[in-house]
Amino acid sequence: MNSTKIDYILHLADNALILGQRNSEWCGHGPILEQDIAITNISLDLIGQSRSFYQYAAQLINEAYKLQETKAPPAEGFGEATEDSLAYLRTEREFKNCLLVEQLNGDWAQTMLRQFLFSCYQFYLYKYLQSNPDKTIAAIAEKSLKEVSYHLRWSSEWIIRLGDGTEESRNRMMTAIDELWRYSGELFIAAPYEIELNIDLASLKTEWDNKVKAVMEEATLPVPEKVFMQTGGKTGTHTEQLGYILSDLQYMQRAYPGCEW
Amino acid sequence: MKTTAIDKKTLFAYLEEIKDPEIPVLSIVDLGIVRDIKLNDDELEIIITPTYTGCPAMDMIAAAIKIEMATLGFKKIKVTHVISPAWTTDWMSEEGKRKLKEYGIAPPNPRQQVCNDKLFAADEAVQCPHCNSWHTHRISEFGSTACKALYQCDDCKEPFDYFKCH
Repeated sequence: MNSTKIDYILHLADNALILGQRNSEWCGHGPILEQDIAITNISLDLIGQSRSFYQYAAQLINEAYKLQETKAPPAEGFGEATEDSLAYLRTEREFKNCLLVEQLNGDWAQTMLRQFLFSCYQFYLYKYLQSNPDKTIAAIAEKSLKEVSYHLRWSSEWIIRLGDGTEESRNRMMTAIDELWRYSGELFIAAPYEIELNIDLASLKTEWDNKVKAVMEEATLPVPEKVFMQTGGKTGTHTEQLGYILSDLQYMQRAYPGCEW
Repeated sequence: MKTTAIDKKTLFAYLEEIKDPEIPVLSIVDLGIVRDIKLNDDELEIIITPTYTGCPAMDMIAAAIKIEMATLGFKKIKVTHVISPAWTTDWMSEEGKRKLKEYGIAPPNPRQQVCNDKLFAADEAVQCPHCNSWHTHRISEFGSTACKALYQCDDCKEPFDYFKCH
């Protein structure tokens, strides 16, 4: 059984879904209309990426169960695993997203810093996964990389604009760094499935460090050192924030199993 | 009696009838999202690719394809989604670009100018689809849909969508 690979694909999917869902909370609340549209477009890209990964994970799960000639785990309202059952019917402990993406939106500075740190990671990760031996993972990475290039450029510009902006915008960026930096280390601390699949997080970290440093320098912001890094998300131990986001996200399917519209 | 097989070219002509629900002047063929048509025995397979992974129009487009092909008498119709090679605006037809401009959306520039990670890169020169002026500026990198950016013309002052090169 491909359970390691399935775990990894779910991890990629969960990262994209949870950040997409978080960003979508800005819909109708952005500081100005154009930026409201920008952040929700990024949500749409991320949710699209999560769909591709969930569809593939569902396919592998169903194939694995067919091989064992057992039925897929019961998913209320769904015959077998689907992109929807994976997004809507797994519990908090089954989600494998990084802690960073589930953190609250806070103010615009905090949302921008979260986006920047994550897009930068996703940019180098997708670049790397384009040559993954698994053709489907490589194809999703190739497709998504084009979208993430926009996210990275747009969020980098906001880091510089806010960090090197007014006293207030700079203070808000500093608070955001205090709040979020502790979740950035987890991106590069391998979970068991990443170790088994030989995902080269060390080279990704070097690229990420260089890029983040360059942008933060231009933004006249300090890059924190020696921060204790929180971990656990990749293996299902989350901060309190994930439970709330899942109850929002999963409410309809939990209340009306199998509902469609 | 042998029935005359419908060839690919004819099928593409029928697919021209299906428009992108977000940009109703463009057909899915103009957009370059129909990648191939395969006839396997009695099953017709249409292969499409999304412009963006999150494009909400894909399910509608797949349904429209099935309806259109069913009217031609095909009983088994399969719509397959592929994402590699990734869609690019290079696949948009010249006819499609002309129709876009007529509709008031600036078509993608032929050469990729903004698809890199350079910060605060100079705005891409985009021609106003209304008055043809090149004096335009970008309002937002993200527009009304994932595939567009928002611009404004400095001469006629009209805001307009630019179908960003991708």
